[in-house]
Amino acid sequence: MTDRVAVIDHSALVELVGLLHAEGYVVVGPTLRENAIVLAELDDGDDLVSGWGVDTEAGRYRVVRRADDAVFAHSAGPQSWKSFLHPARRRLLSTDTSDGDLTVEPEPEPSRRMAFLGVRPCDLVAIGVLDRVLAGGRYPDPGYTARRDGVLVIVANCTEPGATCFCVSMGGGPRAPAGFDLALTERVDDAGHRFLVEVGSAAGEELLAALPHRAATDADLRVADDDLADAAEHMGRAMPEVDLRALLVDSRESPHWAEVASRCLACGNCTMVCPTCFCTTTEEVTDLTGEHGERWQRWSSCFDLDFSYLHGGEVRTSRQSRYRQWMTHKLSTWYDQFGSSGCVGCGRCIVWCPVGIDITEEAASLTALASREVGT
Amino acid sequence: MAERSTPTLAVWKFTSCDGCQLTLLDCEEDLLALTGQVEIRHFLEASSRADPGPYDVSLVEGSITTAEQERLIRQVREWSRVLVTIGACATAGGVQALRNFADVEEFRSVVYATPSYVDTLATSTPIAAHVRVDYELRGCPIDRRQLVAVLSAFLAGREPDLPDDSVCTECKRRGNTCVMVADGTPCLGPVTHAGCGALCPTYRRGCYGCFGPVRAPNTRSLIRQLRVCGMGDAELDRVFHTFNAAAPGFASARGETDEPSQ
Amino acid sequence: MTTAAAPTHARRPDPMTPVPHRVIERRRETHDTVTLRLAPTGSALPPFRPGQFTMLLAPGVGEVPISVSGDPTATDGVLEQTIRVVGAVTRALTGTPVGGVVGARGPYGTEWDVPSARGGDLVLVGGGCGLAPLRPALLEALAHRAHYRRVVAVLGARDPENLVFADQMARWRRRADVEVHVTVDRAGPDWPGRVDLVTAPLAETALEPARTVALLCGPEVMIRRCAALLLDRGVPATRVRVSLERNMKCGIGHCGHCQLGPLLLCRDGPVVPYSAAAPQLAVREL
Repeated sequence: MTDRVAVIDHSALVELVGLLHAEGYVVVGPTLRENAIVLAELDDGDDLVSGWGVDTEAGRYRVVRRADDAVFAHSAGPQSWKSFLHPARRRLLSTDTSDGDLTVEPEPEPSRRMAFLGVRPCDLVAIGVLDRVLAGGRYPDPGYTARRDGVLVIVANCTEPGATCFCVSMGGGPRAPAGFDLALTERVDDAGHRFLVEVGSAAGEELLAALPHRAATDADLRVADDDLADAAEHMGRAMPEVDLRALLVDSRESPHWAEVASRCLACGNCTMVCPTCFCTTTEEVTDLTGEHGERWQRWSSCFDLDFSYLHGGEVRTSRQSRYRQWMTHKLSTWYDQFGSSGCVGCGRCIVWCPVGIDITEEAASLTALASREVGT
Repeated sequence: MAERSTPTLAVWKFTSCDGCQLTLLDCEEDLLALTGQVEIRHFLEASSRADPGPYDVSLVEGSITTAEQERLIRQVREWSRVLVTIGACATAGGVQALRNFADVEEFRSVVYATPSYVDTLATSTPIAAHVRVDYELRGCPIDRRQLVAVLSAFLAGREPDLPDDSVCTECKRRGNTCVMVADGTPCLGPVTHAGCGALCPTYRRGCYGCFGPVRAPNTRSLIRQLRVCGMGDAELDRVFHTFNAAAPGFASARGETDEPSQ
Repeated sequence: MTTAAAPTHARRPDPMTPVPHRVIERRRETHDTVTLRLAPTGSALPPFRPGQFTMLLAPGVGEVPISVSGDPTATDGVLEQTIRVVGAVTRALTGTPVGGVVGARGPYGTEWDVPSARGGDLVLVGGGCGLAPLRPALLEALAHRAHYRRVVAVLGARDPENLVFADQMARWRRRADVEVHVTVDRAGPDWPGRVDLVTAPLAETALEPARTVALLCGPEVMIRRCAALLLDRGVPATRVRVSLERNMKCGIGHCGHCQLGPLLLCRDGPVVPYSAAAPQLAVREL
């Protein structure tokens, strides 16, 4: 019987990638590409980012060299696991009408199994949100479930949250309580570079057994507990402590939307980087004979004017109505539709907004306006 | 499939550099397939054949800069069931629309040896300022995939997929890291019409807006951020003052560049 | 190797894959509206309930949500759909000749729940193409006529040329057990019927408000006015049901396009009690 909690060193982490490859997994994890720590398929363990952190602010992201060679000491990057579970563009089906009849060929479901290495607790919550939207209803999306079902999840708990992180105020935190195969908590100090490993499944247990490791001591556990408790205290941002669901519905006619719209570019970046924004549109493609067709699905955004097009015109023409739709959906109507918040507090929408619109600040402004209304 | 007669296609050039028509010739294999599906009846860039209309589809390149062109475009419209403008000259007046902000007489006298040879209007205007346009293909030059997609959509009786989204949506779908947020590189992507596939940002360059503005672009807000990225007044003026200078969404941006940074 | 973290989902038929259907009958309703009868070339879709819609595919052109307008008591698997031309897809669908093949998937969405009116009065108000989703409701009520007290249909259109189901309307009008009011917004001198908004006959209809179920479908402004009138007359908002329309790309709650505040209209609609719809319809650009 393997220990449920163990400690591995950096070389064992590198080895883990090879082990997963040997098991037939496509391994996706954080790697440095150009000026960002992105999620990408890893050729081997050395592809994992090492010794880089990030400095984030509203509308700003910079990678920074660290004094140590930490792997997971960075907050969310430009993409999320959504890119791998719910791809930006995918073929849904092919049609053929060459014999006068219609033949519809659904896209074969992907068969490759993925291992996600370095899933942040906020992103694990986000995957759960996507599960409820795309697989939890009456009509599970077979493409999504095919990708999702085989995924092996290796969490990286957050010891260094960023300036734009606010998972704690969204009910999450820097430590994933469950829902993983393995969870790592990284520590670099005089005693060396190591990872506390928690086992969450039989698959995780087998992996750990195949890696050089030692049993975790009480001291190891205490250090990780302290680091993660400390991280929870150091969130760069926080949502106001109000009932956000009610706040947003009550703020539908708020003058604040016009103010946000003066800054909002309606470019859709927040929706694209959001780990839970799931909206798509479809496009038809035909060859020049018109007999062979394909239907594709691609990410779409409620900030696009076309998004609300109904014969005769768009429903949400003003920028303020589109920003209101997005933020209200995230924080409020998502509960009505899917039983939870659509926001997990990862901060990506704040970082990757070209003009740095900050959902926590907008929520604070709405809160202030609402309380002023109540006060008068 | 019901029998149908072969649709006819015409390609027209007004004031332009021919680059967008060349994009059609660049389609190579697709162009061969296309000639099997449509009859190209008028395409002087490729062939001396110039059969009379009516045409099912006309692709129109170039802007209107002479009185003769003003007459011809009305004719083309009458001859064409579907009229598609291709490229920034046709959709926004092109780089030659810079004259709209200056004195053409002065240009004429300074630039040309024999000014009297030059017969021109005071402005360069997009095709849509003169006749009804069914679809617009943006860009300088246009995107080859979009051109083929529009022609296949036409052949299938489909509305072409020309979303009025920002370049950012394409950039993000490609998995690019934002050049403005991560590198501090000024980029017009957030206010620029999609269609190029985020070509420049994919090569870590800022978008310079050759596809023209999205509908109702918030250039005022973007300009504040471009200043943060280090752009000064002159650069700001220049960046909105290129191929789509006369497109209303960008033309108005020039007035907003005077705003001091915050 | 098994993974505890990943839920295992049951494999079901792909809900995004349309089933080929052959056009077996094509009936022109108005200058821009056609009713198609569609027979599955293979296995049929599950039976529909009045108010539900399907996603219809014109191959190579695109897919749109269309209400089922046929008889819910039929068991032949044939779909009847009434389609107004508003764009390229509807143009291609309505232009499909008899013998041509289109795709269909569904049925999706909520139903009118006609049986909930049993023992009381049933009022249907339809404007323009809004009659299409109401027709199955009326057919269902008439198939079980004894269960209902009054059955009232108030049907309107812009002008006589835009009235759909004209033949059937004439047959309904001859029946003694259903009260049919047809009205148009404007008409030439040869129109023998009434020129008025649908609210006028609705205001005059004898009703027992507390025992009335009203089903409304048509332009949003018509829905709001008729609902206001019915509420004024004392019909509870929960017993006024409206069919709402938004852009839809998937029909199964995944594309996000059909949101109206808390509602995903493909899933929580298209039929929504007015008590749930009213707060959303009151907000501009929602």
